[in-house]
Amino acid sequence: MIVIIAAWEIISKTDLFPAFMWPPLFIPNVPGGPTVFGTLINGLITGQILNATGVTLGRMLLGFVIAIVLGLTFGYLISRYKWIDDTLGFFVTALQSIPSIVWFPLAIVWFGLGFVSILFIVTIGATWTMTVNSSTGFKNVPSLYINAAKTLGSSGGHLVRNVILPASLPHIISGLRVAWAFAWRAVMAAELLGGSGGLGYLLNVGRSIQSMDLVLAIMIVIGVIGTIMDNQVFLRMERSVARKWGTRT
Amino acid sequence: MKVTLENVHKSFPKGKSEKLEVLRDIDIQIKEGEFVSLLGPSGCGKSTILNLIAGLDKPNSGSVKINGELVKGPGTDRVVVFQQGGLFPWMNVLDNVTFGLRIKKMTRQEAEEKAMDALRLVHLGNYANNYPHELSGGMKQRVAIARALVMDPDVLLMDEPFAALDEQTRLILHQELQEIWAKTGKTILFITHNIREALTLSGRVLLMSTRPGQVKSSFTVKAARPRDPSDSVIVHLEKKIMGELEEEMEKVLKEEFGDDYRFKTSAIRDRDHSRMGDHI
Ligand SMILES: Nc1ncnc2c1ncn2[C@@H]1O[C@H](COP(=O)(O)OP(=O)(O)OP(=O)(O)O)[C@@H](O)[C@H]1O
Ligand SMILES: [Mg+2]
Repeated sequence: MIVIIAAWEIISKTDLFPAFMWPPLFIPNVPGGPTVFGTLINGLITGQILNATGVTLGRMLLGFVIAIVLGLTFGYLISRYKWIDDTLGFFVTALQSIPSIVWFPLAIVWFGLGFVSILFIVTIGATWTMTVNSSTGFKNVPSLYINAAKTLGSSGGHLVRNVILPASLPHIISGLRVAWAFAWRAVMAAELLGGSGGLGYLLNVGRSIQSMDLVLAIMIVIGVIGTIMDNQVFLRMERSVARKWGTRT
Repeated sequence: MKVTLENVHKSFPKGKSEKLEVLRDIDIQIKEGEFVSLLGPSGCGKSTILNLIAGLDKPNSGSVKINGELVKGPGTDRVVVFQQGGLFPWMNVLDNVTFGLRIKKMTRQEAEEKAMDALRLVHLGNYANNYPHELSGGMKQRVAIARALVMDPDVLLMDEPFAALDEQTRLILHQELQEIWAKTGKTILFITHNIREALTLSGRVLLMSTRPGQVKSSFTVKAARPRDPSDSVIVHLEKKIMGELEEEMEKVLKEEFGDDYRFKTSAIRDRDHSRMGDHI
């Protein structure tokens, strides 16, 4: 890590690349000149980067929640009814293989350039994986649990909420994790192309004013958020389930 | 009659058009407070009978009745203890045991008090907050029994609940189950393929034939409780049932190995007498 940072810093000090293409990380080349961390701190203080992060996360979260609801619903229907599995189930596997950004041209025509299109791309990016994972989870609930619950008086919605859902939690969590990763990529791509605020849009601004320090600063933010979500949120969920179930290896 | 099965037939679809006949013309009657064991070779349809009574499956023809009323589906008047326990791994012991009570709209406090009573009955009062994976196989089965008892069912259905346990644990649980039965007076249908287990626990043993399963014979166990395996009544019955089962086993083996196979009765009989009939 330190070696990479040092190497980067040294390259930025040589005249190999002009400073706008290869900006220094910490130590400015000319007094008061731009550095990646300077821009990052500045962006956080002035709120430029902070606001963009907020906008992006807001869209992400909304799209993600919609995708989870849709994914769980589709997944449940697929696991429950054979004919839905044969039709929708097959279709979903095909849809899953389409990178969600490919929908963008269609989204622009349908919803116009802006918030709704981006939301659409995020949602569609996360829905199919969520559907596949949750239907696998639901299908694999041991009939032993269901039978035991039924003889204890559980049925209908109670059975779904208290047995089927928790029994498929391991699958659902890994679904959430992958769905988040897909949605995260989708929102960046859509914002880069579709503008109207957010980190992706800011990246595009950075490119157009040839300010690679801004671009790199944003990339760092993107990387940090991605890592935090994966390690702190989803990995923790997985671990806590594994601990409860005693399946930790 | 507490439980009545009349002319029950059950077959499962097998392949495209074929059918696998599992139960043929089953008639079983169990009185209130009776402890009946259902004994038979593997695959003869014991679990299928239990599922029919539990309402988890429907017969093709014939009737299954509880207290004279047709069984339409699962109900809390009949609770099952499954071979693999079936505890929910995402709930601790207490939540597992209160699961059914909470559905009955019992308040949390009342449900937990009842659950603790049941857990103490199976000597697990100190494990309320543990998760199932932290318990031994025998403890899990005891939790499963507590979870069933707490529902105060009319009929307790037990499907080889101790089959996966070691001999020592099994003997202890036999003791506990007999005490529970004496205390609560529940009607119990106990499935096993262990002759000694059936004779230790029950007042009546029903012997099933191989598939298609039929009730081949019925034995009343008139031995004093607590049961002593060396009691002459038990020893006599054990021999008798063993003999009948050998006939059934011979049929199975003939089916599997062809008609020229001669089953060596003496081979099984002479092997380690103390474990006779443990596993058939
Ligand atoms: N849902 C099902 N679909 C198709 N066949 C089934 C089904 N359930 C049971 N069978 C078949 O019915 C037969 C009887 O099964 P059952 O589970 O009742 O046997 P069992 O007497 O309980 O055996 P074991 O002692 O091994 O538990 C078996 O041959 C089994 O393959
Ligand atoms: Mg069985």
